[in-house]
Amino acid sequence: MTATITPPREKRPTEKTRRRRYRPDEPTPPARFLRQLLLIAIAVVMFYPLAWMVGASFRPDSQISDPGILPSNFTLNGYETGFQGVSGVSFWQFILNSFLVASLCVVANLIACSLTAYAFARINFRLKKLWFAIMIGTLLLPHHVILIPQYLLFRDLHWINTYLPFVIPKLLGTDAFFVFLLVQFFRAIPRDLDEAARLDGCGHLRIFFKIMLPLAKPALATTAIFTFIYSWNDFFTPLIYLSDPHLYTLPLALRAFIDTTSGSAFGALFAMSVVSLLPVLGVFIAFQKLLVEGVATTGMKG
Amino acid sequence: MSTLSTMRRHPELTPAAKPKRKRKRRGNRDNLVGYLFLSPWLLGFVFIIGGPVVASLWLSFTDYSILGSPQWIGTKNYEIMFTQDDRFWHSLTVTLVYLVVSVPLVQAFALFLATMVNRGVRGLAIYRAIFYVPSLIGGSVAIAILWRFLFASDGLVNGALRVLGIQSSYSWIGQPDTALNTLIILNVWQFGAAMIIYLAGLRQIPNEVQEAAIVDGASPARRFFSVTIPLLSPIIFFNVMMNMVGAFQAFNTAYIVSNGTGGPADSTLFYTLYLYQRGFVDFDMGYASALGWVLLVIVGLAAAGLFALSRRVVYYGDER
Repeated sequence: MTATITPPREKRPTEKTRRRRYRPDEPTPPARFLRQLLLIAIAVVMFYPLAWMVGASFRPDSQISDPGILPSNFTLNGYETGFQGVSGVSFWQFILNSFLVASLCVVANLIACSLTAYAFARINFRLKKLWFAIMIGTLLLPHHVILIPQYLLFRDLHWINTYLPFVIPKLLGTDAFFVFLLVQFFRAIPRDLDEAARLDGCGHLRIFFKIMLPLAKPALATTAIFTFIYSWNDFFTPLIYLSDPHLYTLPLALRAFIDTTSGSAFGALFAMSVVSLLPVLGVFIAFQKLLVEGVATTGMKG
Repeated sequence: MSTLSTMRRHPELTPAAKPKRKRKRRGNRDNLVGYLFLSPWLLGFVFIIGGPVVASLWLSFTDYSILGSPQWIGTKNYEIMFTQDDRFWHSLTVTLVYLVVSVPLVQAFALFLATMVNRGVRGLAIYRAIFYVPSLIGGSVAIAILWRFLFASDGLVNGALRVLGIQSSYSWIGQPDTALNTLIILNVWQFGAAMIIYLAGLRQIPNEVQEAAIVDGASPARRFFSVTIPLLSPIIFFNVMMNMVGAFQAFNTAYIVSNGTGGPADSTLFYTLYLYQRGFVDFDMGYASALGWVLLVIVGLAAAGLFALSRRVVYYGDER
């Protein structure tokens, strides 16, 4: 039963049916060949810098400006130096910190955004339209307007050098993108389901937990994945709120790394950059379909 | 008499009042439950977003160097900003140039490649993955570090030029003339997310429309501009809006590439970077708040302008 009630989505023809059907703007074979060549060229140009960085991370520092990808003298020096870390803190610590912060953010966003989205999608309360309009408005609000008062507030709460400035705003549902995503998803779930449950005497809380959340798994997964990636890449929040190297997340540690190694340990810098990208790439490979569909339906930016 | 008073005291016993009362009770209950569900967001809105928006307006009229207490100075911050602060105008120009150049480029690339891979391309999944990955990692510090080396005097770009027989030791990132261009290229490199949105939009254009245009003898270029673009215009509008708001707030790459200075010669001094410097390097919280509010007004005006334009240009179907 659950399989049949996922929200209506544009039914995408499979590769086969698409090829069989007549398409008016299908290009001729020579045009197709040229197109394929052009696409390959663009893909190579776009991907080359990434491949080059991976190659450079295995290279001795003296050969760093070699434009090739495969290193002629393979070395793991970069990784060895890199993992020694910055300011006496091992790089593993930064990785651990980043995972901790990102995981907390994911949990916080899942709880707060789904609760908020359920209220907007399913409960009729007074001033709902107004609050919804305000929520959408916060999507366009530049973060820098609220930066200073937020900083002063968190400072007065003694939250500097803690992870609370990362997690608490998310626990309070301020990530409007995901609230909006989940509202859209909840709205697409047929109302008959919760009407029936209400007639059976279910309250909103039970409908939320027993019906909506299980059905919204794809949207929740999309929220979790994007929250993880954004938090993992977040540089600004740690820059403002963290000054203790033991608490640094990866992006801030990388920045500190630039300062301490400027002009010498390129290999280590690249090695640690590669390490910091791996989890994001791993998440992308594992959840590619969800990510692409999430972007296509909500238009979120990475 | 007695029945009447009973009915007055217990209006729910009268047939007409019964359903009304029930509906009202359910309405009140929904109000309560609704606000309970909404309470985390409401708290967040009041303390994390709405409150700070108001607070920063107030702070923008004060002189506040974080150590003392805010001193009311009226509109002086704004006067200094508009009449004496060259770096304010400069940073605004840098951000606007970045935005005006890179947003159309991103959209053009995204739309071009979306139409390219839309029909019968072998390896669509691979292209989509390669084009999309930069959008996921493009804002990270690691990529900013990579960019520093790509465009350094002994970097990959000059290395590639050498392979092509052009000797160059020009530091693209170290020269004021080209530093901002490298950041624009970095933004264009991240066209993949927009491309995926366009691809989803293209898939929804009915075949019949294109067929009708072919029957009428329209060339492929004509079909693209007279059929595809109008039908995609709501999506284009959405993409431009999101990309624009994002470009106003770009920070990370400029910070990393210039070591937080906005250099060389302030050529990568994004508005947000200048705001950060005033707030968290100079600890001039009042002035930084004023900068924040000016940004809010600018983004608001730009968004309103785009909305007004969309009323005239965007095609929402026949009913409008």
